[in-house]
Amino acid sequence: MNNTKVIQVEGLTKMFGDFAAVDAITFEVEKGEIFGFLGANGAGKTTAMKMLIGISKPTLGKANVAGFDVFTQAEDIKKNIGYMSQKFALYDDLTVKENITFFGGIYGLSRKQIKEKSAVLIEELELKEVANKLVGALPLGWKQKLSFSVALLHDPKIVFLDEPTGGVDPITRRQFWEMIYKAANQGTTVFVTTHYMDEAEYCDRVSIMVNGKIEALDTPKKLKEQFKADTMNEVFLKLARG
Amino acid sequence: MGITVANISKSYKKVNALEDISFEVKPAELFGLIGPDGAGKTTLFRILTTLLIANEGNATVAGFDVVTDYKKIRNNVGYMPGKFSLYQDLTVEENLNFFATIFGTTIEENYDLIKEIYVQIAPFKNRRAGKLSGGMKQKLALCCALIHKPKVLFLDEPTTGVDPVSRKEFWEMLKRLQKKDITILVSTPYMDEAALCDRIALIKDGKILQIDTPEAIVKHFPKQIYNVRASNMYLLINSLKTYEYNHSVYPFGEFVHYTDSRTDFNPTELKKFLESKNLLDIEIKVTEATIEDTFMELAK
Repeated sequence: MNNTKVIQVEGLTKMFGDFAAVDAITFEVEKGEIFGFLGANGAGKTTAMKMLIGISKPTLGKANVAGFDVFTQAEDIKKNIGYMSQKFALYDDLTVKENITFFGGIYGLSRKQIKEKSAVLIEELELKEVANKLVGALPLGWKQKLSFSVALLHDPKIVFLDEPTGGVDPITRRQFWEMIYKAANQGTTVFVTTHYMDEAEYCDRVSIMVNGKIEALDTPKKLKEQFKADTMNEVFLKLARG
Repeated sequence: MGITVANISKSYKKVNALEDISFEVKPAELFGLIGPDGAGKTTLFRILTTLLIANEGNATVAGFDVVTDYKKIRNNVGYMPGKFSLYQDLTVEENLNFFATIFGTTIEENYDLIKEIYVQIAPFKNRRAGKLSGGMKQKLALCCALIHKPKVLFLDEPTTGVDPVSRKEFWEMLKRLQKKDITILVSTPYMDEAALCDRIALIKDGKILQIDTPEAIVKHFPKQIYNVRASNMYLLINSLKTYEYNHSVYPFGEFVHYTDSRTDFNPTELKKFLESKNLLDIEIKVTEATIEDTFMELAK
């Protein structure tokens, strides 16, 4: 496997009966790249992502994620990726510190590592004053930042973000993107799904799924040129409406 | 006969959810409340739909007072809450029938009003609401909120979690409803939707930052914004933040939106500075403000 390619997908397919939810998709993602994975409701994004993170077995095709095969090494994939979902994988009735400790433990970090990581994280996210407060009481924007940091605790090669920034204010959203840029700059690959096309503009490259297939894949700049559009929203509407 | 809000305040224990909010929505106007999660949008909706009583201030909806005439308001408004209030284990048709019956009407009586929307979900009328996609749920919820032909329609974050195609269709529907003399108050955290309203109020932490037409709001942005691009986004943001004359630095898609604190800003100077930070392929171009830029400037 080529070292700079952290995701390699070829002809990946998932059938539910006669229905191809994901229909022979092929693409590659580089180390340190911010890759946007877009599609309308029901286009197959979630199904495709589930296969990439090792929780759904593909019907056909090939996929290698973080150096491991999705068919035979799903458990290794899970240990080498981070995942943050729309619904936040944080426990509302644990404190900020407890959440960090819990996830650190799950990812197999030692007590010493957890202690160090917690201190750094709380400092960087400016969460010192609320470190012993329940996560449920935090504003949405803080939860998102914490959730992202927790997904990076074990220094994964790739972090998957499933609709990460909905509903927060524009400033907090930008702070979140700055965290993403920082992670990418340090060599972590960031794989983002989103409904919001203005978010797609932040990615290095984006793919757009329509009816189970990848119908477009390029940098936002080139896609806008190709579809003669001013925004990614227009690109998306042209593709999805046909 | 639209909506009037005068000096409304509401607090929960120690938190001030709304502080001295005042505005008017004209009859048949499409008015947007634009603000993030926690801004107080839902609290305001609940006060205007008579589900919550304000600590201070007055408000009227369709000419009725929200406290003394609450029963009349309930008959004259449609409310679509953020988490669509559909019965998940009733079918599409059963949901619609249920809401029609509650308001003492039938689907047939006001079918004209919902026809254009309902035909899109009619093929699934025997499907349970819980099994619908986000876009379809949203359309059904709108039908349910319209079935008694309300004078005023309240839509609390109707497009959250809905894909761009459905979002666009939804806004087109709102424009058509407006032409049928329905006053619409809609809230959204998405600033790009603000441009589709007649007028908007930017709201944050329970306070209104500004009220105007979307065009006027962006026109009054106080500074010239520059689109800056370079080879490494992370390094670019950090470099701009250390530039002593920066007024604001915000990532904005493939660019960074930069404003300078001086009136005689010279892009060439900034370019030289960025080059000294080892950035390549630097591009600095004048661009126009968006609603998001205004929101961030006001919220600073």
